[in-house]
This record gives sequence, structure tokens and C-alpha cells, in this order.
Amino acid sequence: MTGESLTGNHLVAYAAAVDDVFRALADPTRRILIDELAERDDQTLFELCTRVIMRHGLEVSRQAVAKHLDVLERAGLVETHRDGRFRRHTLNREPLRAAWQDWLRAHVDHPDHRDPARPAAPSDPSEATRQVKE
Amino acid sequence: MRINVTSVFVDDQDKALDFYTRVLGFQKKNDIPAGEHRWLTVVSPEAPDAVELLLEPDEHPAAGPFKRALVADGIPFTSFAVDDVNAEHARMVAEGVEFTQPPTEMGPVTTAVFDDTCGNLIQIASMAG
Repeated sequence: MTGESLTGNHLVAYAAAVDDVFRALADPTRRILIDELAERDDQTLFELCTRVIMRHGLEVSRQAVAKHLDVLERAGLVETHRDGRFRRHTLNREPLRAAWQDWLRAHVDHPDHRDPARPAAPSDPSEATRQVKE
Repeated sequence: MRINVTSVFVDDQDKALDFYTRVLGFQKKNDIPAGEHRWLTVVSPEAPDAVELLLEPDEHPAAGPFKRALVADGIPFTSFAVDDVNAEHARMVAEGVEFTQPPTEMGPVTTAVFDDTCGNLIQIASMAG
């Protein structure tokens, strides 16, 4: 009985976690924040705001960026820690990996799925060699 | 009307004068006793007659929380122009300066952010390329 209810709770917690991850990813500004955090750990709010505004031309307030970071943090995608007088943000890839392994990969790796990014090997080997030389 | 002085709130004027002259390379311009503190300004040797930077005591009770809140979010109090952020960053790191943001290309500018040891973060910026 106890075991079953633990398993049930685990599944509910897992589903909620996956929901949070996909909800967090369903916003272009938050995906840009993930891209920028992927470049460097331990960024301050100021650095992230500057990156989003100067590199991507987004008209976004510091407060809005802070709210987006909260959403990412609740989904486990961003970890915030205090470093002396500074508050720093670091990307946690684990929830992305979990979403990939537990759900996305099964569909992408399905035998019926043709991945255009991985075309079949070229039929003419000399063609491949020529391309490499170029 | 013209702008001849701008200021940073510093927690200790002697320490600030040392950092802003010895480490940043500015020169002392005015040092005038004013009550228990001094009217203490520095200028860039590249532009000694341009705007002066006032090293202003931060003793007002609101200044501390204000400065700490900016620092916590990594927000620089002001920004200085340099020819080459990467070279300046390398030079300053060798002097023991702590950077919260290493040189980073931010669109048309490259910026970095450092701790002035007097309770502020300061940005340096140069045009990219």
C-alpha cells in the first residue's frame, strides 16, 4: 500500500515537473535566457538583461527578466545562488535531459521518423571526399 | 549650464583614492577639506580638463541599502570608456581586481563589470572591432 502510494506520488511529481519544464520552454524570451546561460555559469541579473537586450534586441524590463528567471528556476532549469554580495544564475541541464530521455527521445528515435539532419550516407564516396576537401 | 562633475558613493575616501588612481589610473584633481570629509575628485589623464569624478562618502543611511541592492543584481553604478576591454580586463585581473562579468560582446559594444572595492560595481566598455 505504502509502496503503491509512493509510486503514485512519484508519477504525479514527475508529471508536474515535466509540465513545468515545457511550460517554461514555451516562451521565446525564456529560451533566449537558456541560450545565454548556456554560454557561461554564474551570471548576474544585470549581465542576463544586457545580453537579452543588446544581443537579441528585446524590449524587456529588468523586472520581466527577473520574472522569467523565476519561472525557469521553479522548473529547475536555473539555479540561483548567493555568492558573497552577488546573486548568480546558472543553467541546470538536468530537467532538459529528463524531458529528452523520458519523453522526446522516444518519438524522435522512432523507426518511422526520418531525421533530415542525419541524411543517409552519400551513395557516391568520391562526392563525399570532394566535399570534405572543399 | 554644463556637467563638470559626476560622483560615485564610496565607503572610504582614502581607499577609493588609492583604487581609482593606482589601479584605474586616474589622477587626483581636487582635494579640499569639507567638514569631516573632503571634496575629492579624480580625472582621466587622457582628459584632465574633462568631467571630474567625485569620490563621495556614502554615509547617508539610504546609500548602503541602495548600493547593496545594485551590487546583488550585478548592476554597475556607472561606466567608463576604454579602448580595449579585453586588454584592460587582463591588466586589472593581474592587479587583483575582481570582475563579476568578464569581457562579453554585447552587440556593438564589449563590456565587463568589476568591483571597485568601495561598494560599487563599475562597467568598462569599448566599441567592438
